[in-house]
Amino acid sequence: MASRPPRTRTPLPLAVAAAVAVAFLLLPLVSLVTRVPWADVGTILASDEVGTALKLSLLTSTLATAIAIVLGVPLAWLLARSNARGIGLLRALVMVPMVLPPVVGGVALLSAFGRRGVLGQWLDDWFGVTIPFTTTAAVMAATFVAMPFLIITVEGAFRLADQGLEEAASTLGASRMRVFRTITLPLARPALIAGAVLCWARALGEFGATITFAGNANGRTRTMPLEVYLAMESDPDAAATLALLLLLISVAVLLLLRRRWWTVGR
Amino acid sequence: MKRIALALLLMPLAACGQDQPDTLTVFAAASLQETFTELAEDFEKEHGVKVEFNFGPSSGLAEQINAGAPADVFASASVKTMDGVEDTQDPETFAVNTMQIAVPADNPADIDSLDDLTKKGVKVALCQADVPCGTVAAEVFANAKLTVTPVTEETDVKAVLTKVQLGEVDAGIVYVTDVNAAGDKVVGVDIPAAVNASTDYPIAALDDNDLAREWVELVLSDEGRAVLDTHGFTTP
Repeated sequence: MASRPPRTRTPLPLAVAAAVAVAFLLLPLVSLVTRVPWADVGTILASDEVGTALKLSLLTSTLATAIAIVLGVPLAWLLARSNARGIGLLRALVMVPMVLPPVVGGVALLSAFGRRGVLGQWLDDWFGVTIPFTTTAAVMAATFVAMPFLIITVEGAFRLADQGLEEAASTLGASRMRVFRTITLPLARPALIAGAVLCWARALGEFGATITFAGNANGRTRTMPLEVYLAMESDPDAAATLALLLLLISVAVLLLLRRRWWTVGR
Repeated sequence: MKRIALALLLMPLAACGQDQPDTLTVFAAASLQETFTELAEDFEKEHGVKVEFNFGPSSGLAEQINAGAPADVFASASVKTMDGVEDTQDPETFAVNTMQIAVPADNPADIDSLDDLTKKGVKVALCQADVPCGTVAAEVFANAKLTVTPVTEETDVKAVLTKVQLGEVDAGIVYVTDVNAAGDKVVGVDIPAAVNASTDYPIAALDDNDLAREWVELVLSDEGRAVLDTHGFTTP
């Protein structure tokens, strides 16, 4: 393979376009930092309401990711390995929540699980259980929009995996579940972690489906994005503070992700 | 190829040259949706312009205007919200609205009065506290000395109405005009006048713009009052 020169000059049009892209993506983030009322940050972040919203957000995102892993990894395996007819269609359908406008997702969840919903009405009639306006609903909304991110990431890893190792394990007598647990999953670990992080970040930021399906009640369903929206109506500077907090959490998670990628080797 | 790219880049500049005097942008409280849309029909024909609306929570709209949103007129559901907007031209009150309890058409929780909202297991939807309909609802509860914990605080009054319509909640506090507007889909339960609270709706032009002033005049005129009355507003 021919060796490349140590430094390649970027063609000017590419450099200009890239510079504009960087400016466009970074300017809002930098402006956010300047908008924060630094003198009041302590009071804003120390308020009970913010603390509650933050804890709720962390809880719902983590639960949503856990559910996404438990349900999504098997589905990803099915999509990657199954030869059944219609798998392609199934893959397209399970990706829909990813591209659906979140509010539409919320409306869809209400149609299924709302008090008068397809499944919801039976839950209400037989068990007196209603899902909307509960923390469960907030977790469901987050899972609905975020799970496809995990599925697509993990499916890619399963597809690319070296099946020769799995076959070797089979011929040595390992059951299919054992092969899955000891060979397939560990090999897919980087993708699993990346998928889980993407899923968690998407779940943390979920707004449209949450406010439509789960509503907006302090302590139960008012996650951080809803708290920011609420603050925007009366105090944009407080909203900027909360937004910055979310931004810092996201950046921290992204940084953590990179480290994990480095330490996982084949 | 370069020429095409250049032409595409310069096109927006061509549009800049023309003034766009034939659109009027009105930001209005969500509860004014039906009334203003009706008034716009005649206004559009008479003046040969297009009226573009942005309906939403008055508090949210006020923030948008302060942040530079291109509104020509602002009609708010509370004087306090209007006062928070910079650069208004002589706001004037054009309507008054009071609250009513809205329940789904089949009234699943048998709500008959304000007290019923405090019964165990009753799901109530309210507007967020900073939004005018939320502030007035809080006043009503304070007047009646009741504590009601809502299952959700929606962003504007129409969102509350939707949750009631869908049957997801047992009741919501909305304006009487909203119950009117929803027709058969919801049923209204009256709040006694002694504890009910009202809110004044001011309107103001935001620009020194003839079209904006004409819209404000229309809303304040007899024609405007007639339409507001039909929908359930009281006119001062």
